Amino acid sequence: MIKMKDLTDKEYLYGHKACPGCGMGIVGRLATKVLGEKTIIALPASCMSTVTTQYPQMNYSVPSMTMAFPGTGAVLSGMSAGLKSLGVKDVNVIGFAGDGGTADIGIQALSGAVERGDDFIYVCYDNEAYMNTGIQRSGMTPYGATTTTTPSGTASIGEKHFKKNMFEIMIAHRIPYAATACSSYTTDFMNKIEKAKNIKGPAYIHVMAPCPTGWGFPSELTVEIGKMIVECGLWYLAEYENGKVKMNLVPKTLKPVKDYLMAQKRFKHLKDEDIKAIEEHRDSEWELIRENWMK
Amino acid sequence: MTNQNIVSSREFLNGDEAVAYGARLCRPNVVSVYPITPQTIVVEKISEFVANNSMDCEYVHVESEHSAMAAAMGASMVGARAFTATSSQGLAYMHEMLHYVSGSRFPIVMMNANRTLAAPWNIFGDQRDSMAQRDTGWIQVYVENGQESLDMIIQAYRLAEHEGIYLPVMVNLDGFVNTHTYELVSIPSQKEVDEFLPAFASKNAVDFNNPRSYCMSASTEWNMEFRYQQHEAMMNAKKVIESVDKEFGDKFGRYHGGMVKEYKCDDAEVVLVTTGSVSGTSRLVVDSMREKGLKVGLVKLRFFRPFPVEYFKGLKSRVKAVGVIDRNLSFGYEGAVGSEVKSAMYDSCGSPKVIDFIAGIAGRDIKKKDIELMYNKLLNLSKGQKEEELQFIGMRW
Ligand SMILES: Cc1ncc(C[n+]2csc(CCOP(=O)(O)OP(=O)(O)O)c2C)c(N)n1
Ligand code: SF4
Ligand SMILES: [Mg+2]
Repeated sequence: MIKMKDLTDKEYLYGHKACPGCGMGIVGRLATKVLGEKTIIALPASCMSTVTTQYPQMNYSVPSMTMAFPGTGAVLSGMSAGLKSLGVKDVNVIGFAGDGGTADIGIQALSGAVERGDDFIYVCYDNEAYMNTGIQRSGMTPYGATTTTTPSGTASIGEKHFKKNMFEIMIAHRIPYAATACSSYTTDFMNKIEKAKNIKGPAYIHVMAPCPTGWGFPSELTVEIGKMIVECGLWYLAEYENGKVKMNLVPKTLKPVKDYLMAQKRFKHLKDEDIKAIEEHRDSEWELIRENWMK
Repeated sequence: MTNQNIVSSREFLNGDEAVAYGARLCRPNVVSVYPITPQTIVVEKISEFVANNSMDCEYVHVESEHSAMAAAMGASMVGARAFTATSSQGLAYMHEMLHYVSGSRFPIVMMNANRTLAAPWNIFGDQRDSMAQRDTGWIQVYVENGQESLDMIIQAYRLAEHEGIYLPVMVNLDGFVNTHTYELVSIPSQKEVDEFLPAFASKNAVDFNNPRSYCMSASTEWNMEFRYQQHEAMMNAKKVIESVDKEFGDKFGRYHGGMVKEYKCDDAEVVLVTTGSVSGTSRLVVDSMREKGLKVGLVKLRFFRPFPVEYFKGLKSRVKAVGVIDRNLSFGYEGAVGSEVKSAMYDSCGSPKVIDFIAGIAGRDIKKKDIELMYNKLLNLSKGQKEEELQFIGMRW
């Protein structure tokens, strides 16, 4: 079990240009601290690649490759196959892709790579929109959120659909290891990275990574917002291993979603009935969770 | 290694199989391919080699061509030798990746089976698929038959991995006419190929003490310089193409001509520029017309990128008219090779006499009589008669 105090002082992601308070920055930093220097990183087009690989200032101090937006899964397969054929052992191959690069344009390559059972870690950091290109909606944008392509207006509530569930999609692949996480629950996240590291074959971690710029909250509240989304049940921490799902944290009672939503500009326009609809959807999701995974 | 004991032999192979045998001799570490007619046999043959332990590589069963190239790039990034193959729709589908691979200087080799692009849907050969990739930064070679296919896969790795080049190479075979035609092909021994093409000592080999970033963003302040270096590498390749082909010729007894291969051009008054498989038929026509005393010659263009500009500049003063068989068409202008030939031959002394013949689209046969017609048109032009600059040959109307 990895604890914060055990972490190396070495930084493998340093000096990047993410916005202050960026949840994704925490994800990249902690993951590489757990994995150490024998790590190779793939980064598709996204905030992560944009803020870490501007020539000549490379911010990851391990080998990395920026990648075409749709191809993370395939590049990871190629890296892993290359290392295997060259007989290079004990190297972590990891991809950090956004929610868009994972759930939308990259889902085909990811599905192929997972189905083939190639050896890699895939981290999807979820900031619930295409942030790099200026906050456009993705398949992971939550219901009701304003984005630049789903603006709320007199004829629009904002995003009209609920989030796609990538965790369950990965489970449907019978992947050796899958987990959900959140950048505010650092110990939980780091231990999931540690587990993924030791898994033979593919491992997928979907980590909620609040984005002050895209969500509209003050940059000092990133950790707070990340806690709130888990406490109100709009996100959950879980693991899939040996064919079973384990819930890592189950709030005794789910807090009202309203406080979480109203703390962010992207939801400010929602009316009470919209909030009620979101809460109802949350409750039905939790019914499924209890029914399927907690009996 | 499993293929250590491959001895030299002569076998009846089709072009696709020749490519697969060639690839096996190059010992790629990683093969990532996705099937498409008429490249499929390459994929199947390599799968068979791997299944029978006669080829030692990681075979990645990718789910698309975009992923085929992405996986090849991942492998190349960690220092592996990578091979892939595609055709037509598949090449178009991986278009984005072609730029990534060349821009980051990954020496990947790919076979492309030239096939037309939908719509209208058709699986037969023309070269619009690869010619449309002209500006992706890949070295492009067009081969004529099974033997040249096998030989050029081997040479392609030498070019790609050459210190001063480090660029990807695309080896183009005409769909069906080359990919599916059986011919006697000499397969060199593994030992000979290992001597010609040693194991890949990649500049990209993983080094955790000296971590490198690939494909990074380069801002406006830097980007143009990266492009310049890519161009420089492509220009360097011209010399290396020649020297590698010569060295190959010395070792294996088959020199293919470097950038271009002439046939009966020394005293020719008119020449026809061809690419790929139509070159063989064209030589027969040259022979029969020569028998009638007509001074015709043939220039087989082997490399489309880098383009042999110097050669065509020199050609202008040697002949009276030049024709190009373009098995492709850039709608709204003319064929891709025609444009390049004209622009290479243009200088301050005026424009050259060139006819661009569009023919053999979507697998349509280019018959001997079609080629004879082209030569006659060139002879007319050389005598001062008027000829249209762009002509469609072998049309229904
Ligand atoms: C093929 C392709 N289409 C579109 C883009 C433009 N693009 C770059 S990053 C991006 C959004 C990335 O969103 P996500 O994956 O969620 O990462 P984030 O920026 O939010 O971190 C888009 C649309 C691209 N680079 N490539
Ligand atoms: S836009 Fe959001 S995800 Fe992107 S760098 Fe800024 S805070 Fe991070
Ligand atoms: Mg995103």
